[in-house]
Amino acid sequence: MSADTSGRARPEPIKAVPVRHPGRWAGVAVIAVLVAMFVHMLVTNSAFQWSFMVDEMFRPPIIEGLRGTVLLLITSMVIGIGLGIVIAIMRLSPNPVLRGVAWVYTWFFRAVPRLVLAILFGNLGILWSRLEFGLPFDRQIGALFGLHDFEARLFGFSAVDILTGFVAGMLALGLSEAAYMAEIVRAGIQSVDEGQTEAAQALGMSRAQILRRIVLPQAMRVIIPPTGNETIAMLKDTSLVAFVPVSMELFFQLKAVGSRTFQPFPMYVAATLWYLLLTSVLLVGQYYLERHYSKGFGRSTRARQRLRGLAAESGSTTSGTAQ
Amino acid sequence: MTDTTASPETPTAESGLMVRAEQVHKSFGPLEVLKGIDLEVRSGEVCCLLGPSGSGKSTFLRCINHLEKIDAGRIRVDGDLIGYRERGGKLYEMRDRDVAAQRRAIGMVFQRFNLFPHMTVLQNVMEAPVLLRQAKKAQAREHAAQLLDRVGLGDKLGAYPGQLSGGQQQRVAIARALAMRPKLMLFDEPTSALDPELVGEVLDTMKDLARDGMTMIVVTHEIGFAREVGDHLVFMDGGVVVEQGDPREVISAPQHERTKAFLAKVL
Ligand SMILES: Nc1ncnc2c1ncn2[C@@H]1O[C@H](COP(=O)(O)OP(=O)(O)OP(=O)(O)O)[C@@H](O)[C@H]1O
Ligand SMILES: [Mg+2]
Repeated sequence: MSADTSGRARPEPIKAVPVRHPGRWAGVAVIAVLVAMFVHMLVTNSAFQWSFMVDEMFRPPIIEGLRGTVLLLITSMVIGIGLGIVIAIMRLSPNPVLRGVAWVYTWFFRAVPRLVLAILFGNLGILWSRLEFGLPFDRQIGALFGLHDFEARLFGFSAVDILTGFVAGMLALGLSEAAYMAEIVRAGIQSVDEGQTEAAQALGMSRAQILRRIVLPQAMRVIIPPTGNETIAMLKDTSLVAFVPVSMELFFQLKAVGSRTFQPFPMYVAATLWYLLLTSVLLVGQYYLERHYSKGFGRSTRARQRLRGLAAESGSTTSGTAQ
Repeated sequence: MTDTTASPETPTAESGLMVRAEQVHKSFGPLEVLKGIDLEVRSGEVCCLLGPSGSGKSTFLRCINHLEKIDAGRIRVDGDLIGYRERGGKLYEMRDRDVAAQRRAIGMVFQRFNLFPHMTVLQNVMEAPVLLRQAKKAQAREHAAQLLDRVGLGDKLGAYPGQLSGGQQQRVAIARALAMRPKLMLFDEPTSALDPELVGEVLDTMKDLARDGMTMIVVTHEIGFAREVGDHLVFMDGGVVVEQGDPREVISAPQHERTKAFLAKVL
């Protein structure tokens, strides 16, 4: 900009011999050889049965299983995140009863392994054949007044129908996830500066409004990366519902093909590829979410700002040096 | 609580008092921070609060909009008891909703700005009026733009707080508080977190506000501001008001040893 103020010409740009990195080249060579060996094995080892695998991995039952897995992932994460936020808010509430309930919930669902939960939920039908909603302890209350067949039930349904494998699996995964999400959300909420709440209070906002408009949006920045991890972990844990048992699930279907055709290995490879693909899709989603919630924060905005500033500053010179 | 006066409804409204604090006490656990503060601020007056660090200035300011609950005494703003309702000589705690409603009439500006970093400057100023249904979105936007123009930031509406200097951020914070059309503004050391060359622009904004007749309580170490703009000066130390009066008199001829010692240090 102000290169001419001193009256001196701009010195000629530096042309120096760059530092050599022989180590890097050796590393590249070693990796190249290893990759070549691996690819060679993939191609030549007949156990992979590539054409068989490709034929099988897109068949309708597998695609059904895939849909089941994705549906299970979405529903259990929706339950997990929604309930997790509620429990986190309860944990931070001034009400000691809510705090206690939230603590017990987190304690229970973090203590019991998901596999055990899946099996447990699959067998809840043993406890109740029917689920009914109405006045609690209605029979006992009736007995108190001398009525022996008093029942106050609004509606009910067969537990065996509702707690089918899928719903049981979804609940087991979703409720367990909520316990982990609650901790993540709590950490996120606590990471937001106290001054934010105070400023919002001073403006006359209510607790709920402050949470929704001020605190949670800022907590998101801290909440999203671990939630991405949780989602990926959940994608893999969906295979646990095979023990509920649920058959509408990707790994179960692939394994079924494997055992039916006596060719299990190619199907395991197919499972690996499917999970890789799904995880990659999730990672793309996470990238965009993180970008959205970093609005107004730190490096990315500043960096963009600075870049714009630099571009404006260097102005005409950029075109010259960029060649 | 000791209430000997058993005052009728709104005893202060007609006398032009905006704030009336009587015997305000506040403790944090065993630490008694406010030991009976009495203070009166008339409508349209600028009251400057001075005092050494830890004397309870911020705590007192936060009591005025009920960010802190007082243990004893009364605070009235525009005649209304803050945080409580008095009926038949008995005090009832207000519900959160009613406390929030009271706070809307009292603007507050913090030492560390506390702007909402995830919102643009314009959104920061519009947020509360829109959320609290004080104005339609279009009106709120217009009012916000006007206020930002008034504090000299008409060209920064789309910027995020992180892209502004400290002085600019504090001016946005002032506009944000004004957007709720408060009748009283509280400032807690609004310029202490600023680089020296940015202090002037914030003080100028506050002087404008004072000139327009806003009632203000300002905790500050800016003696020049107190002398020039202040109508009333209160010197606090150790949780009590040590001395108060006309700022020019108190600053040029302090009566108490503690005031003298403090002024000698800041001047
Ligand atoms: N939330 C709190 N819990 C416990 N102690 C507190 C709390 N807030 C303030 N205090 C204490 O109360 C005393 C008065 O604090 P206050 O912030 O009101 O002082 P101040 O006059 O504003 O000082 P400064 O000029 O440093 O801002 C200090 O000793 C402080 O440690
Ligand atoms: Mg303070």
